[in-house]
Amino acid sequence: MDLINLFIKSVFVENMVFAFFLGMCSYLAVSKKVTTAVGLGVAVIFVLVITLPVNFLLETYVLKAGALTWLGDEFAEVDLSFLSFIMFIAVIASMVQLVEMIVEKFAPALYASLGIFLPLIAVNCAILGGSLFMQNKNFANTAEAVVYGLGSGLGWLMAIVALAAIREKVRYSHVPAPLRGLGITFIITGLMGMAFMGFMGIKL
Amino acid sequence: MSEEKEGLFSKKNRQLLVNPLDDNNPITVQVLGICSALAITVKLEPAIVMSLSVLFVLSAGNVIISLMRNIIPSRIRIIVQLVVVASLVILVDQVLKAYLFDVSKQLSVFVGLIITNCIVMGRFEAFALGNTPWKSFLDGIGNSAGYGLVLVIVAFFRELLGSGALFGQQIIPDSFYEAGYMNNGMMLLPPMALIVVGIVIWVQRARNTNLVETN
Repeated sequence: MDLINLFIKSVFVENMVFAFFLGMCSYLAVSKKVTTAVGLGVAVIFVLVITLPVNFLLETYVLKAGALTWLGDEFAEVDLSFLSFIMFIAVIASMVQLVEMIVEKFAPALYASLGIFLPLIAVNCAILGGSLFMQNKNFANTAEAVVYGLGSGLGWLMAIVALAAIREKVRYSHVPAPLRGLGITFIITGLMGMAFMGFMGIKL
Repeated sequence: MSEEKEGLFSKKNRQLLVNPLDDNNPITVQVLGICSALAITVKLEPAIVMSLSVLFVLSAGNVIISLMRNIIPSRIRIIVQLVVVASLVILVDQVLKAYLFDVSKQLSVFVGLIITNCIVMGRFEAFALGNTPWKSFLDGIGNSAGYGLVLVIVAFFRELLGSGALFGQQIIPDSFYEAGYMNNGMMLLPPMALIVVGIVIWVQRARNTNLVETN
């Protein structure tokens, strides 16, 4: 039950895009067409589901204060948490590289459709943000980290696909010239964010 | 190398500093670094601290990358860049935690997210990899100033309209509240940040028609 609750929360209430503005850059840049938006969204879910548990294990067994106790009592005092940024980003960058190679080898069709988005994901704030929030939330076990990754990834996919669909329609409307393109996209996202605030406080 | 004959503040170099403030603003034109710009603009103080952190990371990172640009193999350049940024950000984070603990709490994960702030990677890729250290330094200062400018504008309006204060000091006089004026609580919520940035873009493009997009 806790897992379902966490899942719903990470998809709707704590939506990466609308509540924390994470992954905004690619969100705005790649939301011109629905098909590419879906591709990027799937890739983000993929990478989040893989990197979050890995970073969770890293955090629990290496970085946290006292995490190195399993090496021996003399390590119980060691606190490496100041290294977490660099460790997380290293994990993310290498995972993205790994995922890219695996997808290229075993699913060439998917690889071709994701194209340049895969390498770009390494610098998507949603991925690193996921890991940093995971650090703040003190998850109890790996399953929670996986579910959180899946949930926030799905939320991100939903947001970008919705925006892409709206933008495809907005192209045919009369938007004031200076507001065209980027400006109206910001305002649309703001309105979508307001709608999403309706989910706040939902608990299962 | 003709560029070495140029003065330190030749016209071209001054352009590097001034361009990102308006014509080539990282947020409103290049669309880089949006995430942090929106999340930490509820109040002026964290916005300014954030701009200064980005100023430090971007200018120092630009110089470092530019110094190493000839020895970085292009295949692994992303990882090299990430390591450089991450080390600089750790420095900033530790300094903030030591001297500005309250602000550092407010910024929470967003200090860490400077690592993936697209401004930093974007400028590394687009500028520092192909230019001399001094130029990259100016480019770093210019771009983070442009970033900071938008941040401060957005934070100014959000704090003024949302809590009637600036830097935590009440600005709107009490007589206004007695006459029925109310703070716009909506301004404090995330969606309004997007709308304020949208309006900033609108105003900027209305003044500077070169930037208007065609579709």
